[in-house]
Amino acid sequence: MSDTPVLSLRDVHKSFGPVEVLHGVDLDIRAGEVLALIGENGAGKSTAMKCLAGYQPVTSGRILLEGRAVTFASLHEGEAAGIVLIHQEFNLAEQLTVEQNIFLGRELRRGLLLDKPEMRRRSREYLARVKCRVDPDTPVSELSNSDKQMVEIAKALGRNARVLIMDEPTAVLTNAEAAVLFEQVEALRASGTAIVFTSHKLGEVKQIADRVSVMRDGAVVHTGQVAEMSEDQMATAMVGRDVSDLYPAKAKVSADAPVMLRVEGLDVPGHARSLSFDLRQGEILGIAGLVGSGRTEAMEGLCGLRPASAARIEIGGERVQIRRPSDALRHRLCYLTEDRKLRGLLLDKGMRENLTLQALRKFGGVLIDRQAEEAALSRAIGDFDIRAGRRDVRVGNLSGGNQQKLLLAKVMQSDPEILIVDEPTRGIDIGTKQQIYAFLSQLAASGHGIIVISSEMQEIIGLATRVLVMRQGRIAGEVAGEAITEEAIVRHAMGVGADPSERAA
Amino acid sequence: MTSETVNTPQRRRRLPSMSVLGPIIALLVLIAIGAFLNPNFLGAGNITNVLARSAFIGIIAVGMTFVITAGGLDLSVGSMAAFIAGLMILVMNAALPTLGVGVPIILLGMAVALVAGLLAGLLNGFLITTLGIEAFIVTLGTMGIYRSLVTWLADGGTLSLDFGLRTFYRPVYFDGILGISWPIIVFALVVVIGEVIMSRARFGRHCAATGSSEHVAHYSNVNVGRTRLATYAMLGVLVGVATIMYVPRLGSASASTGVLWELEAIAAVIIGGTVLKGGFGRVWGTVIGVLILSLIDNILNLTDLVSPYLNGAIQGVIIILAVILQREAKAKG
Repeated sequence: MSDTPVLSLRDVHKSFGPVEVLHGVDLDIRAGEVLALIGENGAGKSTAMKCLAGYQPVTSGRILLEGRAVTFASLHEGEAAGIVLIHQEFNLAEQLTVEQNIFLGRELRRGLLLDKPEMRRRSREYLARVKCRVDPDTPVSELSNSDKQMVEIAKALGRNARVLIMDEPTAVLTNAEAAVLFEQVEALRASGTAIVFTSHKLGEVKQIADRVSVMRDGAVVHTGQVAEMSEDQMATAMVGRDVSDLYPAKAKVSADAPVMLRVEGLDVPGHARSLSFDLRQGEILGIAGLVGSGRTEAMEGLCGLRPASAARIEIGGERVQIRRPSDALRHRLCYLTEDRKLRGLLLDKGMRENLTLQALRKFGGVLIDRQAEEAALSRAIGDFDIRAGRRDVRVGNLSGGNQQKLLLAKVMQSDPEILIVDEPTRGIDIGTKQQIYAFLSQLAASGHGIIVISSEMQEIIGLATRVLVMRQGRIAGEVAGEAITEEAIVRHAMGVGADPSERAA
Repeated sequence: MTSETVNTPQRRRRLPSMSVLGPIIALLVLIAIGAFLNPNFLGAGNITNVLARSAFIGIIAVGMTFVITAGGLDLSVGSMAAFIAGLMILVMNAALPTLGVGVPIILLGMAVALVAGLLAGLLNGFLITTLGIEAFIVTLGTMGIYRSLVTWLADGGTLSLDFGLRTFYRPVYFDGILGISWPIIVFALVVVIGEVIMSRARFGRHCAATGSSEHVAHYSNVNVGRTRLATYAMLGVLVGVATIMYVPRLGSASASTGVLWELEAIAAVIIGGTVLKGGFGRVWGTVIGVLILSLIDNILNLTDLVSPYLNGAIQGVIIILAVILQREAKAKG
């Protein structure tokens, strides 16, 4: 390991039009080292990574490759220098096989024809190096997210990557999948590859990174050894203020608080079976469980978003039938989707159209009252601290955190009594998380009932007063109060104590 | 920080983008060319003629704007118009002995056209939304069905309205109020109502949301299926309205009635700035699109620069160009 960094940014500025997003960034990436780049959404992490990989030209400043200044005219020149960027959304051709993807754009040939045996052999070798056991002939569309991530890395190996840059590699992975990824990161580091990654999960930064650079508002505000920083210190450096009290204090829910929602025997074909539970006023009920345990589908079924049936549903003590989303909204039961980009927001439209879409009836009978909409938008921007450069910005151009706040504001336009939030803070920065937690807590305190679905254990533990754990489409257990611990939830989620053969599957 | 600056609703007046100005400039250029090439071009007679001919396609194109905005497409409108015209003529001729020449038989014909249009639109919509078949395939199929039905009804020839009826019905195309003929008046009404619905009403917003993202619309309490179905039904009714205006013009229907109307209607919608993939529609833009197409046709007829037989080719080129321009605009913006 030499002391000269493999790749460095020196005083890099980057502007998009008149807006400067990077203000003099210095970064060093060393062989055999894992650098974590952390910061809130919009801090400039992704832009810095794209500049590193030659994906975007810098406005001013230098990129040093082993000490020598270079300019990458294109992504190809970056790749030729051994720098590979893995996007958060995978850059794989879904219909092609794993092998075809690994060699996409640089297929090996023998004469005019493809050299299939050689590509097959090398594919197997690369996949073996990342301990990925998929068959090179499998179409990528059939792979799990973690396997896709591994294929991306195998592809990077095929390009002899000296520097591997990963943008939020674990955002779409489950904890178990992330653990597999980290093993491969360790192996790559040992073989001398320089690795940079971004993450919103400070726990994993602590776990696998050697050094960390913290970005805030387009500049690196701190760089140091991970071992010398606590997670709290990292978060504080990111946000610029103390965030040790990320979760608001839990309110006490009295045992005789009125039941707002009673569900008996909810069936969602293919996803959930005979779920029964109550939700009391002022309560934040957590729903935990592995991805794929039917949490999302069950709640979507409850809200009429997908076919479902229930023996009995009561809202506010009265029996109700919910067949379509409008029925749920009429009973002031609202669902905030986990997928803000595909199901939550119209990315091509402005904030106003998005904000009022679900509750459009409130803004006039047949014709829409534009002024009322504008007023609602002004209120939402204030109440939810939505930070957009312009009022008429395309929602797709907002940062993830601001999109999530807009989505929350949109759902709140329907004045829900019962609010179901699904992964309310996925992929957003810690400052925004804190704001959303505080909002949910206040909402509960003001007499609403809230259900939180989350894969982030800390979130469930930090927010919920009671937790239902789902496993294979059923409620596997319930924990409340002091008993809400990671171990208790995991035990129920994994079905410990059940048939051992089932556990292994 | 930034939240304060955005929190006051400012009336922003930036220069309208090229997607807004483009069609208007194209229209003005065409008018200038026309006026330059032929002194009669700006005469009242020619203007009325152009507008009245635009009315059929225009009325259909307004409906098409909604269908495309909601993420659909309807290729069957030309054949549907021919079929409805044929049906209308058959029913009116058949009812002639009982009802005689008079207002009731005209009203009957109009009712037949509107109901037939509604049913045809509902059929397209049902196949597309409830059965979930591609709009392209469904309407390609019904396009063939209606075209063949009208050919069969006419036994390969022409269906003609009874001569007496024709004379009585003629004013619906040729007369009007204050010198403005009925097709123009009806077209204007359809446009005004359509524009209000598109830009101000809940239905218009729901169409745009559905075309923009079906999933987001579904999760936002928009009844996606019903919205789509309604756009096809509305288009069907408007095809009926256009046919009511069209039949008195020639008093006949044949296998060649309404040929390529779907091309003209879709071209007008796209030229007007409605996004082909859905999600954004502009009724007034469609009107400009219709006028552009009609003026090109008119200029070709008034001058002998290019053969009027090449009109279809020119329209084809324009529709492809319009989509390319849309894509470029999107890439930039």
